Amino acid sequence: MREVAVVGVGMTKFGPSEKTNVELFSEAAMEAITESNLVPKDIQALFLGNVFCGFEEGQVTLSSFAAADIGIPYIPTTRFEGACASGSVAIRDAYMWVASGFYDVVLAGGTEKALAMGTPYATRTFAMGSDSRYEGPTGVTFPGIFAMMAHLYASKYGIPLQKLKEQMAAVAVKNHRNGIFHPKAHFRKEITQDTVFNSIMVADPLQLFDCCPFSDGAAAVVLTSADRAKQLTDKPVYFAGVGQCSGPPLHNQKDITRIKAREISAKQAYDMAGLGPSDIDMCELHDCFTMAEIAATEGLGFFDFGEGGKGVESGETRIGGRIPINPSGGLKARGHPIGATGAAQVYEIAKQLRGECGERQVEGARIGMTDTLGADLALVCNMIFRI
Amino acid sequence: MADEREINSASFYQYLGEKKLMASRCRKCQALYLPPHSLCAKCRGDDMEWVEMKGNGKLAAFAAISVGPTSTIEEGYDRNNPYLVGIVQLDEGPKISARVLGIDPGKPESIKIGTPLTVEFLEPAEGKTTYVAFKA
Repeated sequence: MREVAVVGVGMTKFGPSEKTNVELFSEAAMEAITESNLVPKDIQALFLGNVFCGFEEGQVTLSSFAAADIGIPYIPTTRFEGACASGSVAIRDAYMWVASGFYDVVLAGGTEKALAMGTPYATRTFAMGSDSRYEGPTGVTFPGIFAMMAHLYASKYGIPLQKLKEQMAAVAVKNHRNGIFHPKAHFRKEITQDTVFNSIMVADPLQLFDCCPFSDGAAAVVLTSADRAKQLTDKPVYFAGVGQCSGPPLHNQKDITRIKAREISAKQAYDMAGLGPSDIDMCELHDCFTMAEIAATEGLGFFDFGEGGKGVESGETRIGGRIPINPSGGLKARGHPIGATGAAQVYEIAKQLRGECGERQVEGARIGMTDTLGADLALVCNMIFRI
Repeated sequence: MADEREINSASFYQYLGEKKLMASRCRKCQALYLPPHSLCAKCRGDDMEWVEMKGNGKLAAFAAISVGPTSTIEEGYDRNNPYLVGIVQLDEGPKISARVLGIDPGKPESIKIGTPLTVEFLEPAEGKTTYVAFKA
């Protein structure tokens, strides 16, 4: 396998949009291609993450139309579906095809119009990520799963529920603060612990501000070999390691305070990179719910199990802290156009490692990691990048 | 003979309509599957039989949900009337997701993991599919 680099990234503003999935992706893709000093006809394949285009727009065959929209209709294109991790899964596969030498230049990313569905319909379609035959009818929701996790976590580690709620709120406050400095974030507004505690209850103990929003948006990255990358840009961002792992349906998870798929996926990425958690300078991880961020910081090895809540409270995960988590604002503030989220995480890592993040810049960041969770703990994808 | 029903999801729900919580078991290696599997992933056998669960178990995880999908809104649940879902560990071993009844969803802080539960069969409306619930 040969070394692979990201040579260009692009992203639309996240939030409500009138544009179609294809139009959103074209905007992000053109930015990524232009930044790569390439033109669309240099792209040999398109790997597109998207979950719900059929429900959102009555549209499938999305990847073909996306390629046609940027002027390259006659290339192989594939749509990747891995629930909320779709964009990451697409990029990891693109990495493998370029690493293998089969392709030299691949465009990968994701697009989604989650907001177009409206909350009740979106809640229903998102729940399709759970085992629809056996979990759907019981009324389990994604916030419900992380509420289960929160209750079990509090009881397992002997943390009073109110204390855990404060730690969860600290995640929301931090990520909203970071989002202020991301020009393309869905929400760019500071919040306080009271904002969280005064918001409506969704699935006790998760309140509205413990949950990420549904968003519209797209993000794209261009991957090529390290040799080609050096000819195209002064700032290639190299893949150091990747990992991906699936897990069983919720009822067959052994311990839902620890997501086994994440521990396996992260180990693959760390082993491949020859790195460990202490080598990571910053991480974009899957904070679909505040509780999810706490669990992820532990599963990725940044904190001991049961200590992630303390970590966010003490400021260790702030920009400038020991291990900055979600400097982009995360899913919480940057927004969560599900199929695009993984690509937006890679966008942030590339910008951070190139030192282009202005007020949200993690000083001296050289190694960054992404973490994307799909569905109800059913898959995780991790990628580690370096300059 | 009830045992001759094909082992699949449709039969599982048909049984629920008859107030039976049915798992499948491998006749060769005795592995038990709930929800039922028609093939044994452990020994690769395909000689499976239906086995009725006694319907007793313990609460292994729970959540009180205030904002639910459209199906639960149609059942009459909303922000002022949350419902409880959980994972139940059956005495026979398998775990299953279920609606949880007989525990106040308005006081989640007082809900205890390990609370003993027994199976109930919920038919949300005339003609709708019966699903699994457990009651304290």
